[in-house]
Amino acid sequence: MNKETDLAGAVAQLESGMTVGIGGWGARRKPMALVRAILRSDLTDLTLVAYGGPEIGMLCAAGKVRRLVYGFVSLDAIPLEPYFRKAREAGAVAVSELDEGLLLLGLRAAAEGVPFAPTRVGLGSDVLTYNPDLRTVASPYDPADILLAMPAIRLDAALIHVNRADRRGNTQTDGPDPYFDELFARAAARVIVTAEEVHDRLDRSHPGLVQRSLFDRGLVTAVVATPFGAHPTTMHDRYGTDMAHLSAYVASAAEDRGWASYMADWVVPGEAAYLDRAGGTEALARLPVPQF
Amino acid sequence: MTADFTLAELMICAAAEAWRADGEILATGIGTLPRIAAGLARLTFADGLMLTDGEAMLTEEPVPLGAGGAERPGFSGWMPYGRVFGVLWQGRRHAMVTPVQIDRWAQANISCLGPFHRPKVQMLGVRGFPGNSISHRNSMLVPAHSRRVFVEGEVDVVSSVGFSDRRWPEGMRRPEIRIGIVVTDLCVMDFAGPGNAARVRSLHPGVTFDEVQAATGFPLVTAPDLGPTPAPTTAQLEIIGRLDPRGQRATAVRGNPPGIRRAVA
Repeated sequence: MNKETDLAGAVAQLESGMTVGIGGWGARRKPMALVRAILRSDLTDLTLVAYGGPEIGMLCAAGKVRRLVYGFVSLDAIPLEPYFRKAREAGAVAVSELDEGLLLLGLRAAAEGVPFAPTRVGLGSDVLTYNPDLRTVASPYDPADILLAMPAIRLDAALIHVNRADRRGNTQTDGPDPYFDELFARAAARVIVTAEEVHDRLDRSHPGLVQRSLFDRGLVTAVVATPFGAHPTTMHDRYGTDMAHLSAYVASAAEDRGWASYMADWVVPGEAAYLDRAGGTEALARLPVPQF
Repeated sequence: MTADFTLAELMICAAAEAWRADGEILATGIGTLPRIAAGLARLTFADGLMLTDGEAMLTEEPVPLGAGGAERPGFSGWMPYGRVFGVLWQGRRHAMVTPVQIDRWAQANISCLGPFHRPKVQMLGVRGFPGNSISHRNSMLVPAHSRRVFVEGEVDVVSSVGFSDRRWPEGMRRPEIRIGIVVTDLCVMDFAGPGNAARVRSLHPGVTFDEVQAATGFPLVTAPDLGPTPAPTTAQLEIIGRLDPRGQRATAVRGNPPGIRRAVA
């Protein structure tokens, strides 16, 4: 069994109109090389589901997005995502703005194959005002217990970046937090894993790190080697956020043809040119992992 | 015995009080002053508090701001976001946050300003505010007390819930909403007045109630024991210095004013 492919092969597993979940959290461990490949593709009309970082702003700026489902979109040290802001302030994308925990519960319901998850989260807030499709249910045990019925968020695909994968689809992450990648994977019909390193068999090359596994390999449909593929986001413990890159990205949003320039400079030439332009892999490996 | 202190240091000491009676729960101070305040509470009167390193680890020694490498303590537990939701849905957490807008019902907003479907300013999104506010106690810290923050009507997007009746489903047994304290650059408030009215508990040195009221978009009442916000002790200032060795607190309040205002000419 060999699920390894390249970025083009992974993008070929996606179709316009799909609902796509993106793993990681904010500006941490995002599958950015794959996002750049999507930016270069003719995919469009996507619904994105994420604890959002720069991937959300970029895909919005490139006109790839029909709908966003998120609890937040942020670049961490830079709190506001500039192109997400632009898209929202122009009314350019439909949104389901959810509590972070509701997003978790929606993914978990999809993973468990149930239509909704009962919760108090969201009640009394404007989450219900601006998500008019959300419904409440009365507890069958006590009708005064009224709960929000958070619907399952089913994904056509999940995109997840890890430190190591093998060709059979096993994964390992070294960071302090697995975030909700397992739920994204279980909620999805297919899972594309990009990895800093792809090995033949992790059970042979890295047998002592098995508890860093994110989920079982049977969920995974494609594995792609993308060294520094989370750049400019953080990849514990290999490299940190590229703050200079993110600052320039933020500044580009204030320019007239800022996004067109970013695309032309960073995305269009492809991943090898991207890493060169970013300073080369030796310099990238020295980017400090941020501490909070 | 007190020394010279800044307004930020006064606010840190006032903010630490939020966690005094909390026992063994997760204290989350988001932002420079709340984070120092949680560490100060842990090291002075709230030994049971659980603190994180700002990411996914629990620590028994508050991590100094900006600390790297050997300055960082060892870790006593693992608290990835998945566990944070477990803790917070149980109510075993008390966060201190800095909303962009707060209203008379203690509702707060960090989502966006203006109409939701085409906002004037898109901010973060509601983040965890809806779930936090229905699950556990929340305090707030406001570095610039003004009518832009303490708005006259309702906040633009109710991100964290409060005492308003407007949005609860019909027939629902209402959950208990727990608001801690609100520490600003002018005073310390809570929402424990009659009918959950906003109430001034203490005024920072040199600040009058009328000034606070003028900077607030809704009516305030005073606590029966209204007095001055206590000045930091030298012991507190020493701990604050250890928790923030690079002086990030100097940039938390505009102009980093002294804790005791000079008389206005």
